[in-house]
Amino acid sequence: MPLTPEIVGKLHEATGARNVITASEELRTYECDALTAYRAVPGAVVLPATTEEVQAVARICYQAHIPFVARGSGTGLSGGAMPVPEGVVICLARMNRILEIDFPNARVVVEPGVINLEVTGRVAPANYFYAPDPSSQSVCSIGGNVAENSGGAHCLKYGFTTTHVLALEVVLPDGTLMHLGKKTLDALGYDLPGVFVGSEGTLGVATKITLRIVKRPESVQTLLAAFHSTTEAGAAVSGIIAAGMLPAAIEMMDHLSILAAEAAVHAHYPDCGGLLLVEMDGPQAEVCALMEHIQEICRSQGAWEIRLAQSETERALVWKGRKAAFAALGRISPNYIVQDGVIPRTRLPQVLTRIGELSTEAGLRVANVFHAGDGNLHPMVLYDRRIAGQEKSAIALSERILELCIEAGGSITGEHGVGEEKKHMMSKMFAEPDLATMQRVRCAFDPQQIANPAKVFPRPRLCGEKLGEYTPHPLELAGVAERF
Amino acid sequence: MTHQGTETLRDVRVVEPESEEELSTALRCADRDGLAVIPRGSGTKLEWGNPPARADLILSTVRLNRIIEHVWADLTVTAEAGCIVADLQRVLTPHGQRLAIDPLWPESATIGGILATNDSGAWRLRYGGLRDLIIGVTLVLADGTIARGGGKVVKNVAGYDLPKLATGSLGTLGVITQAVFRLHPLPRKTRTLTLAPGGMAEAQALLLAIQDTNLAHIALQLRCGAHRDPEMDILLEGTEEGIEAQTARLTSLAAPARVAEGPTNVWGARQEIANHDAVAKFSVLPSKIADTIGAIAAAGDPEWRAVVQATGIGWISADAALSRLRARIESEGGTLTVLRQSPGAAAIDAWGDPGDTLPLLRTIKQRFDPKNTLNPGRFVGGI
Repeated sequence: MPLTPEIVGKLHEATGARNVITASEELRTYECDALTAYRAVPGAVVLPATTEEVQAVARICYQAHIPFVARGSGTGLSGGAMPVPEGVVICLARMNRILEIDFPNARVVVEPGVINLEVTGRVAPANYFYAPDPSSQSVCSIGGNVAENSGGAHCLKYGFTTTHVLALEVVLPDGTLMHLGKKTLDALGYDLPGVFVGSEGTLGVATKITLRIVKRPESVQTLLAAFHSTTEAGAAVSGIIAAGMLPAAIEMMDHLSILAAEAAVHAHYPDCGGLLLVEMDGPQAEVCALMEHIQEICRSQGAWEIRLAQSETERALVWKGRKAAFAALGRISPNYIVQDGVIPRTRLPQVLTRIGELSTEAGLRVANVFHAGDGNLHPMVLYDRRIAGQEKSAIALSERILELCIEAGGSITGEHGVGEEKKHMMSKMFAEPDLATMQRVRCAFDPQQIANPAKVFPRPRLCGEKLGEYTPHPLELAGVAERF
Repeated sequence: MTHQGTETLRDVRVVEPESEEELSTALRCADRDGLAVIPRGSGTKLEWGNPPARADLILSTVRLNRIIEHVWADLTVTAEAGCIVADLQRVLTPHGQRLAIDPLWPESATIGGILATNDSGAWRLRYGGLRDLIIGVTLVLADGTIARGGGKVVKNVAGYDLPKLATGSLGTLGVITQAVFRLHPLPRKTRTLTLAPGGMAEAQALLLAIQDTNLAHIALQLRCGAHRDPEMDILLEGTEEGIEAQTARLTSLAAPARVAEGPTNVWGARQEIANHDAVAKFSVLPSKIADTIGAIAAAGDPEWRAVVQATGIGWISADAALSRLRARIESEGGTLTVLRQSPGAAAIDAWGDPGDTLPLLRTIKQRFDPKNTLNPGRFVGGI
């Protein structure tokens, strides 16, 4: 249904006219997230300031059958916040208050527009931190983290966003307000926060989020080890895991990504074929003992340079290079695709070799950054859009790499989400009954499918309505969707 | 001993499928014929939840008990639902690994059973609950659909998190036939410390003080009961050096209470409580533990006992005034779930108030099991 002036008028009433954007040049700001290859211009962008305003906007959309997409900071990498053409974007940036900090129970209640790093900033004086740390943490919002179930380098030990979200106040697609989970553990009923976190905006809009915060460990040490190849570095990772250690983070970078990171932030990384970054935290006596063991393992696997960053400044520099790795590629290539796949960690050598072969075949460079501890790969396919056909081959190569991940028993996404970019890959990873079962969940939350409707799943599918009058969906009439 | 929950199941026929496909067929046929199906593992927690409204068939997973794949180098394991927890741990131990959960009755409880009931023990403080350990699930829905969610890798955000949806759903959405878990290394050394903090107020203060440090303890519990002062147990794991240093810090933190190395069987206190005739589980904010224990003591059961973890989750054996206790705990934002009621006690709803989510819980149930075939009436809000 089009966004008529009458509906825009209702949106004005809901949030105040100055919080509704309809001018086409301003709408362009919202046409994509950080995956800029996918764009669509929305009909309107609304910036609600309260839960009630979000409810009012959702009700207007629901009654008029207008799809909406919720948006935080727009740093997503899978097109999850890309608008529906002519639909509504609900931007939560103005809902950015930290509402409650409860140190005795280690809980923080925030609005969705709060920036990830701000949470840590506010609790740091009492030596707490918010554990999920996506590379974009200085700009990405907690609401967006909830939608994507964001990870980060330290989720190997501390878990993902879903581990740290205890409760959510949610506006369902029809405008109903609901409270999923509790500040206490094991709320009654199904694990609704578990289902909602990572649902990529398809089940509703979170308007308040109760987070768990974590006490800063007594000591943190970060080791940098240079190897001749990623194979050697990978063997060291296996050695560390086999020795029964669970570091806070294990990151690996290949030669190309090291070059890029050096060019961008001068982290003083050694020029090597495979760089390993291992962080251990915990009681000081424990960390010291285990770090020695890790150094032995690295040396035995061929590490020719090992550095131990112990001061906060040294550590920050080491991490700066890693966290800047994506953006740094801009220094060595005009365009690039950041991919996000997962493999069982032990398959790393074979998959890397195969990626190398595919890269040669396609004549395109691939830089690799991994969360090596949990097998999360970020291959980055470098290309030049100005060369005819190169973008197309880059996309094909990047998808072939995802297929490799599926073949290896892994996943098409470890932390960026399916969004718009990978929805067609879902049917390669899951069988039809699996997807149909997920659809049952979606239909329970959003029978009309107006919340981010065209994302995550490979093709539109409608919910069989149990009650009320049957009205065929426009997609059904057009023959592009089936009712089930 | 027959409890209220199991009486209705006494003469019910049992089906023991040998494969996922057989289980799917059995369930589909039962659903088609309008039979009510009670999924069962070893039956250790069959009386948890409300008594089923109907019961025509018990669908047992005992023969689905294989460990499909233990990829030790990836720290993952895939096991069928009927696999006994202790059997699984015995396969993992030689590789220096474990599933980091300490459920009730591990020698008889099954993987499917602990998942369906979301049972977790003292280790939850450090390792999280089953929701944090499960990474993949196979669920057979009432209509026979075999659905998989998650996968075999620890980090994975593709699609909705069906493993979490299945965890704690008490078999009302589908029958879990297989699960994939992330594993943890076995600790190099462990040490249990025990102390008597004094009264409940001192215990509460010390618990919060310890939680506010950067000690890396695995578990922290309080054991309480009628006519005795609370005792606190702390579990440490790691290297000898790490454990020594943490013991020293705890000793100074707890003073004047004396910290002693305790017997490991203190961690069996939860199971001792769960073996009683009348058992309830509660979950409160960690800062409300003393208040809650005070309310339990005042409720009037002369022989009450309780174990509370620093997570705020606790178990009590007490029959008296559970409704009043629940109202009190719910008013503070917590929950009280009755796991087992003594024969002859005045029956109360097992669950309590799920808040404003009830319509959504019902809709999810309806989408998964429209004919209300699976465990009818046992779950929250009559689901």
